[in-house]
Amino acid sequence: MQLSVDIRLAKPDFSLQITHDFELGGITALFGPSGVGKSTLLRIISGLEAKSSGRVAYGDEVWQEKGRFVPPHKRGVGYVFQDTRLFSHLNVMQNLKYATKRSPADSQISFEPVVETLDLAPLLDRQTGSLSGGERQRVAIGRTLLSGPRLLLMDEPLAALDRARKASLLPYIARLPNAFSLPVIYVTHSVEEVARLADQMVVLADGGLLASGGVAKTLARLDIAEASGKFEAGSVVKAVVSGQDEAFKLTKLTVAGQSVSMPASAVKKGEALRLRIRARDVAIALQKPEGLSIRNILQGTITEIAQEAETAFAEILLDIGEGQRLRARITRASVAELGLSEGMVVQALVKSVSFDRRALPKG
Amino acid sequence: MSLPDLGPLWLSIQLAAVTTLILLIFGTPLAWWLATTRSRFKPVAEAITALPLVLPPTVLGFYLLIMLSPNSTLGGLWRDATGNSLTFSFSGLVLASILYSLPFAVQPLQAAFEGVGRGPMEAAASLRASKLNAFLTVAVPLSKRGFLTAGVLSFAHTIGEFGVVLMVGGNIPGQTRVISIAIYEKVETLDYAQAHVLSLILLVFSFVVLLLVYSLNRRMPVRVG
Repeated sequence: MQLSVDIRLAKPDFSLQITHDFELGGITALFGPSGVGKSTLLRIISGLEAKSSGRVAYGDEVWQEKGRFVPPHKRGVGYVFQDTRLFSHLNVMQNLKYATKRSPADSQISFEPVVETLDLAPLLDRQTGSLSGGERQRVAIGRTLLSGPRLLLMDEPLAALDRARKASLLPYIARLPNAFSLPVIYVTHSVEEVARLADQMVVLADGGLLASGGVAKTLARLDIAEASGKFEAGSVVKAVVSGQDEAFKLTKLTVAGQSVSMPASAVKKGEALRLRIRARDVAIALQKPEGLSIRNILQGTITEIAQEAETAFAEILLDIGEGQRLRARITRASVAELGLSEGMVVQALVKSVSFDRRALPKG
Repeated sequence: MSLPDLGPLWLSIQLAAVTTLILLIFGTPLAWWLATTRSRFKPVAEAITALPLVLPPTVLGFYLLIMLSPNSTLGGLWRDATGNSLTFSFSGLVLASILYSLPFAVQPLQAAFEGVGRGPMEAAASLRASKLNAFLTVAVPLSKRGFLTAGVLSFAHTIGEFGVVLMVGGNIPGQTRVISIAIYEKVETLDYAQAHVLSLILLVFSFVVLLLVYSLNRRMPVRVG
């Protein structure tokens, strides 16, 4: 499904101008630092910013253009707010029923599967005031699903939660697009959430569009560093489980034909995974080093070097085979000393790897 | 000591009930508009609504007397339509009381609606509720304390009305002689015994109503999520 947006919105302290056709499917991350207009874009898509000008169309339905503005309640866009916005005068069950009562007759989303997917059964009789942050967000997601949306917008639903709650909620969100055949636009400023959840991403910076495309390719682009924050910047690479080393408790993986290992984890041989490797955890060597504790070494060809004149650092983009990219963040002094240049074949030493359990979608 | 004529008390209650009902019906949309508008006329509307709080009842009553008189446009139209005069009639009193008690209905409602805020209304819209539907199913239940306060204050304020009634309604038994006027008349004619009884009835009645409301308010806590 295509969502086409061509809008402008000017506020006293802030302006947003975006022209983009979203090819929706699975989860599309809307990514960028705080204050660049991610939430505002969601509000425009859902019809909550009546002051915006321009055009918004979903498929062949025009939601907004000159002289036409479809009000939010007629768009069929579900919106999960960062602050949940549960109705405090209703209990959990009544909040859910508020949505079911108003869902269209032909909605494919029914009560039981939603309650089951989000594990809401134990919460139904509770008052909303007695729920924890994670529980509130699950109820809010359930309520939005039950209104039978055709498009689901999620505005940093995990931002207010601590790490443990975030981790427990991520699998619920990852399940949504397939379980309810519903395209999702997911706003976040966390690279980790993008890597775990999204199939594609759109990057915003300073009130405009910076980049868009598949997650692995887009995260590998060096100019995204500004948007993602240098500390968290990194790459996502595809890996296949090649076996387990019982003696040393390691899981062996194949990445672009090269082998990598990491502390043992309960994954099956042949399973496809995505690995997340932070740029600052990658070092560069000209030859395969000996006598080193780092075990994960990937060979690659330098395709791009971005020097940051105002800092000590440079970002290196490597092609490690099969079209996969790896980013490394090293000092500019090292670049000069090693004589690195585009087209050189080097060894990338990877200090730490984390991975996302979710198998990659085919293709 | 003989029991005084309770007609004026009954008339006051009728007047307050009708006024409160009409104020809640028409004050609600006005309060909602004031709570949500970004119009530059909002301060003007707020100032006009609050006028009865600061004006002496005699000033309000004087203007009303002129506005409602059969020689004025409004009073003339009313006389042509009903055959009665608006001044010195129960209908005129109702109209005067509505203006006089307007801020006591609108201000608590406006505060309650502002407390609801845009958040829940936007959530309701995203769940396919129309504006009116969202207002009735979200804003109104979340503002029930505001409605209770608005209703009680309008009612109590109308019961205690004196100056405006005196100016617009006079002292016609069964028509415009409300309890405060009746007490004034007893005192004027030096019938202190009857004035005592009527005053005590009004005092006890007002206390019981307020007590009821505050007890109800305690048992109806607004849950904050």
